[in-house]
Amino acid sequence: MLVGWDVAVEIRSPGSVFGADPAEAIVDLLGTWTIRLLLITLSISTVARIVKRPKIVTLRRTVGLWTFVYACIHFTAYFALLAEFSISAWLEDFSERTYITAGMTALMLLIPLAVTSTRNWQRRLGLRWRKLHALIYPAAMAALLHVLWAAKASFLDVFIYGLALAILFGERIVVRIRRRASKGAMSR
Amino acid sequence: MHVIGAAGLASSVPLAALQAGWMDSKGFTSAPPSEDAVTPRGYATSFNNFYEFGTDKNDPAELGSRLTTEPWNVEVAGLVGKPGTYDIEDLLAGVDLEERIYRLRCVEAWSMVIPWIGFPLKTLLERFNPLGSAKYVAFTTLYRPEEMPGQRSYFSSIKYPYVEGLRLDEAYHPLAIMAVGMYGQVLPNQNGAPLRLVVPWKYGFKSIKSIVRIELTETRPRTTWNLTASNEYGFYANVNPTVHHPRWSQGSERRLPSSLFNGNRKISTRMYNGYEEVAGLYAGMNLRLNY
Repeated sequence: MLVGWDVAVEIRSPGSVFGADPAEAIVDLLGTWTIRLLLITLSISTVARIVKRPKIVTLRRTVGLWTFVYACIHFTAYFALLAEFSISAWLEDFSERTYITAGMTALMLLIPLAVTSTRNWQRRLGLRWRKLHALIYPAAMAALLHVLWAAKASFLDVFIYGLALAILFGERIVVRIRRRASKGAMSR
Repeated sequence: MHVIGAAGLASSVPLAALQAGWMDSKGFTSAPPSEDAVTPRGYATSFNNFYEFGTDKNDPAELGSRLTTEPWNVEVAGLVGKPGTYDIEDLLAGVDLEERIYRLRCVEAWSMVIPWIGFPLKTLLERFNPLGSAKYVAFTTLYRPEEMPGQRSYFSSIKYPYVEGLRLDEAYHPLAIMAVGMYGQVLPNQNGAPLRLVVPWKYGFKSIKSIVRIELTETRPRTTWNLTASNEYGFYANVNPTVHHPRWSQGSERRLPSSLFNGNRKISTRMYNGYEEVAGLYAGMNLRLNY
């Protein structure tokens, strides 16, 4: 939302918001919010488990879809403002620049998740739906690599995102081990 | 050639009188004027890569004011007849300052056109009586973490102080200058006050800012970006549209300021940033290996 407002102000008075290189700044800002939303999406079930409010998980679909929307706008902004609608420039980036490859991979992994996010698809896929939506993990890894490989010399952002992702992954592993242990205890 | 005295620095140079035909007469450009029009000053002073103040483009403008540039000493060392520590006032005494309008091509594939005020690097180096054995010149940027927050960062892969260097014949090329001003005024801190290098045929990171040490050496000096990522940034770092950075193309550049919907001003990058007269310095060298 805020990005939209900033863009509107920028169009009225060029240079006022995004500086000398608005194209790069906008693509960057959209990307930043995409990975933040992705991490927020992943953290919802963790938070629900910690505060023991399973209902919070119902938020996940909405936030996840916003993540996808931001990822799409981020890509569109890149394609329009940096690649200047040139498919060959995009393909060159995709095949030769590893950080673009990683970013495109993350986006493509999100597509089936967005498509099957409806209750209808959830019912239709049954148990397979869970397996399919585990694609969020490789997508998050690809997004992190995208940020890491795009970085020049400053790694604070990458460190924070990586740490957040490690905590979220770690929590899931702990939950899984505990579940297995309690199942084992029951069967004895 | 437009020449102004060092004393005239504080006041504004009559730029308008200069701009008409100045570049053509110097032969520094043959590109259409729309492309090589001088970048408005506000953009050149608010969009900077000076990681000592932070990695965001606006960090140097916001945090650079903390830097004290008076007094300023430059240590001259190595293979020179007159080593020592020189006050910047002494270095500038008797120097004829001139305005040079140069394209500035950043390795990140953007560019600007900047009217620098400075003097040939050669005239400075010769004052220290370089010895015959000197083959290279090495420069060091100020290291003062209390005024340069970027030097305190735990998440930077750069080791400070920032160091750069040139081969001596490159340093002696008349296009290589030491700048003390831009846009008719003293250099703002974010642009490398009070003394910086400008080598227009190389990527911007070679043009080291806020210099406190100059050393003449026999062996090739280490350079910061080469130390940070040697596969991405070479010692020479000549602008070359045919040798790509591993993560992006160097074939074109975006002339800043760009605006969102009426023209990104993407232009073709030229060999040696259009300063073909330096080609002789690299005759017979494999530029793909010596990037």
